Amino acid sequence: MKESMIRGADIVVQSLIAEQAEIIFGYPGGAIMPVYDALYDYHEQIKHVLTRHEQGAIHAAQGYARVSGKVGVCLATSGPGATNLITGLADAQIDSTPLVCITGQVAAHLLGTDAFQETDVVGISMPGTKWNIQVRKVEDIAPAIAKGFYIARSGRPGPVLIDITKNAQVDFGEMNYAPCMGFRSYKTHIPVEKTAIQEAAELINKAERPYIVFGQGVVLGKAETELKFFLDKTGIPAASTLLGSGAISQDHPNYVGKLGMHGNYAPNLLTNQCDVLIAIGMRFDDRVTGDLKRYAKQAKVIHLELDPAEINKNVKADIPVLGDCKESLSLLTAAVSEKTHPAWMTKFRELEQMEKDAVMQHDITPTKVGLTMGEVINLINQYKADDAVLVTDVGQHQMIAWRYFNYKKTRTQVTSGGLGTMGFALPAALGAQLHDYSRQVICVVGDGGIQMTIQELGTIMQTKAPVKIVLLNNNYLGMVRQWQQMFFDKRYSFTELDNPDFVKIAEAYQIKAQKVTDRGDLKEAIEDMLIHDGPFFLEVVVEKEDNVFPMIATGCSVEEVRLS
Amino acid sequence: MKRYTIFVITENFIGILNRITIIFTRRGINIDALTASESRLEGIHRITIEVTATEETVIQLVNQIEKIIDVIKAFYHEDEAVVYQEIALYKIPVSKLDGGLEKVIRQHNAKIIAAEPEFVVLELTGHKEQTQELLEILKGYGLLEFARSGRVAVAKRMLTIDSFVK
Repeated sequence: MKESMIRGADIVVQSLIAEQAEIIFGYPGGAIMPVYDALYDYHEQIKHVLTRHEQGAIHAAQGYARVSGKVGVCLATSGPGATNLITGLADAQIDSTPLVCITGQVAAHLLGTDAFQETDVVGISMPGTKWNIQVRKVEDIAPAIAKGFYIARSGRPGPVLIDITKNAQVDFGEMNYAPCMGFRSYKTHIPVEKTAIQEAAELINKAERPYIVFGQGVVLGKAETELKFFLDKTGIPAASTLLGSGAISQDHPNYVGKLGMHGNYAPNLLTNQCDVLIAIGMRFDDRVTGDLKRYAKQAKVIHLELDPAEINKNVKADIPVLGDCKESLSLLTAAVSEKTHPAWMTKFRELEQMEKDAVMQHDITPTKVGLTMGEVINLINQYKADDAVLVTDVGQHQMIAWRYFNYKKTRTQVTSGGLGTMGFALPAALGAQLHDYSRQVICVVGDGGIQMTIQELGTIMQTKAPVKIVLLNNNYLGMVRQWQQMFFDKRYSFTELDNPDFVKIAEAYQIKAQKVTDRGDLKEAIEDMLIHDGPFFLEVVVEKEDNVFPMIATGCSVEEVRLS
Repeated sequence: MKRYTIFVITENFIGILNRITIIFTRRGINIDALTASESRLEGIHRITIEVTATEETVIQLVNQIEKIIDVIKAFYHEDEAVVYQEIALYKIPVSKLDGGLEKVIRQHNAKIIAAEPEFVVLELTGHKEQTQELLEILKGYGLLEFARSGRVAVAKRMLTIDSFVK
């Protein structure tokens, strides 16, 4: 054996360092122990955070990746350690979050024998990863990690899983790390077709009621400035999807609100009145489109999209513009004429006023006794920093927080969009906070979701991550209850929760905690929370049976958006 | 719904077939037949998939197959645009061999490729309609076993896989 040879486990850690990974979220166990042993020697070069569950580790890595734009890194053992990552992988896959997850695996000679903690994680995770691989030999470790990082972060980002057998971790090999620069079966750059730009520009220039809908593709493509210039020049009203929120500041004059089942009134309704629909980095999710047969049928559709598989998947594009939207947007901006659309914009503002009168004022400044989720978010807006990150879970609180949070900067929105993973918020907020201790990270969560990953309060305690946790407690699985009320004759089947004393739980984890039940105490509590130096747990007891509106019920068209 | 042939040009990596087939499974689409083989170029495999679906669905399947990291290129053709063959083997008991069967073998251009004391094996290469027709006839001759391959096909258009492999 040559002196230059090191253990496979050291190659794993050195490869992560070579990829400039700063932090690993993980949980040790038998088959990954050699890597954990190696980590012991590198604690000055790379940080490791021990979560309380592998699901916590992967959601934390997602939160980290979403705010930083870097690849989130996750480490787990074989068998149950690996299977506990699956929800996070599926979540990252559908929300295009770059992750590299490394799992330990039983030694190669035991593969296929039902060895202790053996599971076919490559098989299980195949549909939920952008790419995965099993490494059985020490010399294959570094190339697999290099390729994994390249795949995770390039093109349309996504999660990668690398399963490394224990023998590969303990065997000795050479460390010659070569970053991956591409390979023949995977094209990351699609040159934008000039003719498509020309056709799109002509259509936009002729349009009387053009309308922009943008999604997370703008953030992932780092095209926020390009989008702003495009809006500035064309004067076209623009609405965001759930994950697109923050790509431009809500203060932008062209910004007209949010799209989707619980988005704003005008952006949904007027989708069916525009004459040209310009979709940028969004995939026409069913929660955005409602009934596809009645979605924007009157409009010519221009679709700026990186992933060819998204073109014509749900909505047929009259002019598909394939490619990186950073590139296509700047080409398009150069090709269109300067314009304003005051009459068309007024339509949006009129409907916005209707929504304010019918919904928002009751949410934000309620006259009833019970507290509303909306007034909590509205108060947070008054005290939060401009670049504060909002992390939400899934359900009513998610929709309300998204509706009322004042997004001013990019990468301030972290939520489980496509998969709708309850339990996402608490660990994701931890990960977002660990990227930058000085940034305000506000975790808004419901009483159902928080109990799915509440153990991560332990990780918050141990890391002292100053996450501000706002629990909006209605003692219900509120979104399901709302559907039961609206579509199932108020048959509240298994949606009411007898909850523990959350404040005591938080305090047991040495996290400063407060419970608010009266409106009079809310403002001060939020102020205290946001200036507190360290993690803070604020439970707000809200009205039990409030509903989220506007709403496009399942199967309805966007124009059937309801205000009540 | 129509019959389409999907060609997949791919790196020869473990699990690639699985990755491709789950795209069909997810949409609940049945694969009529599938063959995998090496291509003309070393390290590159070609997979031929026969599927009955609408063109719209086939386009989406092909797009999603092409999205697989290790897939180099995927495309689809209607039957008219490909030259294809299937091979079928028929096992017949020797006791049923008579003049009638000899005529059938001649008419269909089938071959006897193995003869054992108890059975003979016939082979027929052609389109599914042809091998199916012979199958129906041989059922009357005490057919013991039948196996048919998936389609092997080449596209009629003059485009080689070299253009995708750079």
